Amino acid sequence: MQIKPILSALRRHKAGTILIALQIALTLAIVCNALFIVHERLDRVNRPTGMNESNVVAVQNLYVGSPSTYVPLMKTDIQAIRSMPGVEDAYVTNAFPLRRGGWSTSIQTKPDGTKNGVQSALYFGDEHTLATLGVKLIAGRNFSASEVTAFERDQQPVPAQVIVTKALAEKLFPGESALGKTVYYVKGRPSIIIGIVEKLTVPWIDADFIDNVSIMPLFFNSSYQHFVVRAKQGQQDAVYKSIANTLYGVSRMRVLPERYGVRTFDMVRKDAYEADRGMAVLMSVVCGVLLAITAAGIVGLSSFWVGQRRKQIGVRRALGARRSDILSYFMTENFLIALSGVVVGVVLALGMNQWMFTQFEMERLSFTYVLVGVVILLGLGQAAVFAPALRASRVSPVEATRSV
Amino acid sequence: MFGYYLELALRSLRRSRALTALMIIAIALGIGASMTTLTVLHVLSGDPLPGSSGSIFIPRFDPRDKDGFEPSVALPTQVTWIDGNNLLKARRAQRQVLMVGGAAPVQPDDPAIDPFIVPARYATADFFAMFQTPFRYGQPWGAAEDESRARVAVIGAELNDRLFHGENSVGRTVRAGGVDLRIIGVLNPWRPSPHFFDLTVGSYGSSEDLLVPLSTARSQLLPRNGGISCWGKGSSDEANMESAECTWLQFWVQLHGAAEVAAYRQFLDGYVAEQLKSGRFQRPVNTDLPDVMRFLDEQHVVPSDARLQVWLSLGFFVVCLVNTVGLMLAKFMRRAGEVGVRRALGASRRSVFMQLLTEAAIVGLAGGVLGLGVALLGLSIIRMQPGAAAQLAHLDLAMLGMTFVVSILAALAAGMLPAWRVCRIAPALQIKSQ
Repeated sequence: MQIKPILSALRRHKAGTILIALQIALTLAIVCNALFIVHERLDRVNRPTGMNESNVVAVQNLYVGSPSTYVPLMKTDIQAIRSMPGVEDAYVTNAFPLRRGGWSTSIQTKPDGTKNGVQSALYFGDEHTLATLGVKLIAGRNFSASEVTAFERDQQPVPAQVIVTKALAEKLFPGESALGKTVYYVKGRPSIIIGIVEKLTVPWIDADFIDNVSIMPLFFNSSYQHFVVRAKQGQQDAVYKSIANTLYGVSRMRVLPERYGVRTFDMVRKDAYEADRGMAVLMSVVCGVLLAITAAGIVGLSSFWVGQRRKQIGVRRALGARRSDILSYFMTENFLIALSGVVVGVVLALGMNQWMFTQFEMERLSFTYVLVGVVILLGLGQAAVFAPALRASRVSPVEATRSV
Repeated sequence: MFGYYLELALRSLRRSRALTALMIIAIALGIGASMTTLTVLHVLSGDPLPGSSGSIFIPRFDPRDKDGFEPSVALPTQVTWIDGNNLLKARRAQRQVLMVGGAAPVQPDDPAIDPFIVPARYATADFFAMFQTPFRYGQPWGAAEDESRARVAVIGAELNDRLFHGENSVGRTVRAGGVDLRIIGVLNPWRPSPHFFDLTVGSYGSSEDLLVPLSTARSQLLPRNGGISCWGKGSSDEANMESAECTWLQFWVQLHGAAEVAAYRQFLDGYVAEQLKSGRFQRPVNTDLPDVMRFLDEQHVVPSDARLQVWLSLGFFVVCLVNTVGLMLAKFMRRAGEVGVRRALGASRRSVFMQLLTEAAIVGLAGGVLGLGVALLGLSIIRMQPGAAAQLAHLDLAMLGMTFVVSILAALAAGMLPAWRVCRIAPALQIKSQ
C-alpha cells in the first residue's frame, strides 16, 4: 500500500481531515478518563468489608418512652432475635461497616500519651459479634460472656479487653505482635488486646483509616441501637421480612425508621455506594454515546468523500486497480487520520487527567487505560469506515467514462 | 428573503435525512447532557435564601485548647453552649439565633399509628424572622417562651399532614420525645437548599418538621442530632452538654450593611480577646464572619462529582459540535455545484452564506427542542435517585431559554466554517465540471 498518494489526497481535504482527527482526539481523551473513573468507582463499590456479607440483616432501632435504663430492653430484644427460627446469631451494636455513622477515637500505646495516636473506629458488641459478622480471628481469642459490661452515656467506652483488626495492630505496634499488649483509649485507662481479626472496615466510606477497627465487649446504654443478625443459609429473606414483627411483638415502644430501618447487607452496601454507582453508570453511558457519535461522524464524512471521488475511483479501477486496492485505500486513509487523532488524544487525555488530578483529587491515569482507549478508537475508526469503503470498492470502472 | 432561505434549507435538509438526523441528534445529546448537569449544579450551588442571604452571617472563632494547634487549622463551624449563650445575650446584631438539630420520636394519639421519628430543630425565637419561614397557621414563639421554657412547638407541613390531615392544628398537642408540646404554628412546605444553617445533618437534607424552643428542648433533654466536636476533657455526656468543652450548636446573626458587619466583627474580636484573657480560650484571636454564600463556598458544600459531571458533559458537547461541523462540511460541500449555479446566476457570496447559515440554524433549533427532551428525561432519571440532593433538580425558565439560545448559537458556529468554505469556491470551476 502506498501511503504517499493518500497523504497528498488528504492535503486537499484539510478541513475534513482535521475535524475527524480532532474528534477522535477529544473522544479518546474523554473516554480514557471516563473509563478510568468507572474503574475507580467500581473498585470502591466492590471494596470488601472483611465480613461475610451474605445472610446478614441489619436493623436500626430507636426506643421510645423514657425508661431509666435501656440495657434490659436490649438484652430482651437480642434474645428474641436469637430465638427466631431462621437466625443463626445476632448482637447489638452502635455501628458496623458501611453504616456511614459511628464512633471513632485515637488510641495511645502509652498511658499519658498526648494527641496524634492511631485513629480507630469503635464497634460495641459481645461474644457473638465475630460469628455474626463472619470475620476471621487470626490470633488470640474471642470475648467471653462474663467480659461484656454496660456503660452509660456519661462514661467513656473503656473495656478491659478489646479485639482489634490486623491493620490497626500493625499500626499500633509495628514489627511486633500486638497480642496481649496494652493500649489506651482514654488517658491512663488500659485495655488489653486479646484478639486480632484479619480484616474489618470502619462505618465510613471515605475515612483514611478504613481498616482500623476496635471491637469492644460493651452494651451502650442508649435509646439508639443497631441489631446485626446472621440468618441461616437460605433464610435471609424470611428473617428480613419477619424481624420487624418479632421486635414489635416484644414491645411497640420503638421506632424502626421507614428508610434504613430493616436492611439486608446487600441493601446496606447499595445505599452506601449509591453515588459511586450512579457516577459509574453515568460515565459508561457517556462513553458509549460518545463512541457512537464519533463512529457516526466518521461514517458520514467518509461516505461524503466516497461520493465526491466516484469518478477518480472509476478511473483507478479502469486503470487496473482491484476492488481490494480501493477498499484498503480508504481503510488506510482512515487509519492514518485516526492515528494522528490518537497521538493528539493521548496528550489530551494525560493533560485532562493532570487537571482532574489537581481539581478533583483523582488518581493518576494508568497507561493501560490510554492503551485500551487507543485500541478502541483505532478499531472504531476502521469499523466505521468499512461500510463506506466497501461501497467505494463496488464503484464500477464505467464511472470513469460517465459525464465526460 | 428569509422565507426563501427557509424553504431552500428545509428542502435541502429533507434531501439527506440521515445526515440531518445525525446532526440534530448529536446537538441534542450534547446540549441535553450539558443542561442536565448544569441544572443539577445550579440547584446544588443555589442560594438557600434568595434576597436575604447577604445579610445572614455566621460568626466563627476558635475556643479550643492548645493541643494540636496550628495556625492553618480551620475554625470550627459550631459553638459551645457557653459561647453561644454569651453571644446571644449580648444582642449585638439585629437578630441572632442559637440552635441545634434533633431527631424526636413522635407518639401519635391514635394508637393505630406506630411511633415515628421526625427531624427536629431546637432554636431560639429569631429563627423564624431571620430565615423567613412561611407560616400557614398560627405564629412563631417569642423571647418570652424562650425565657420560660414553654412547652410549645411549630410543626412543618408534612408532620401536620401526617398527624392532623393538614387541618389547622394550632392549639392541639404533639407528643415528642415523651413531652407534650402545644402547637402554636404550622409552616408551609419549606426547604432551604443547601441546608446552610446546619450542614452537620446533611448538606441537602429535608427541612426540620418539628421546631421547639432550645431552652425547652434542653430542659426536657429532647434527643439531639448532628455533629459534635470535643477537646480536652470534653465528653458528649447528655446531662452536662451545657458545660462541656464541645462545639455542638449553630449560631447565626443578621446584619445590614458594611458598618454593622464591621462593628460586629470588632465586637467578636473583643469577645475572643476577653475570653483569652480570662483563660477560657487558649488560641490566638482569629475570627471570621462569612455570609451564607461565602460560608457554603468555603465548606465545599457542592459535591465535586457534580462539577466533574458538568465538565465531562461540556467535553461531550464539544465532541458533538466538532462532529456536527464535520457533517455540515460534508453536507455543504456536496452542494458545491448548486452553489456554483446560484453564484453564476447572480447570488452574492453573502446571500449564499446567509442561506447556508439558515440551514444550520434550523438544525440548531431542532437540536434544541430534542435536547430539551433529553434534559427533561435526564432530570427525571436524576429525581428518581433516592439521594436527597438531586430531588430538587428542575429546569427553570432561564435554563430553558438558555437551552435554545446555546443550541442555535452552537449550530451557527458549527455551520460557519463549512459555509465559508463553500462560498469561497469559484463558481466557474463548478459549472465547468457539470
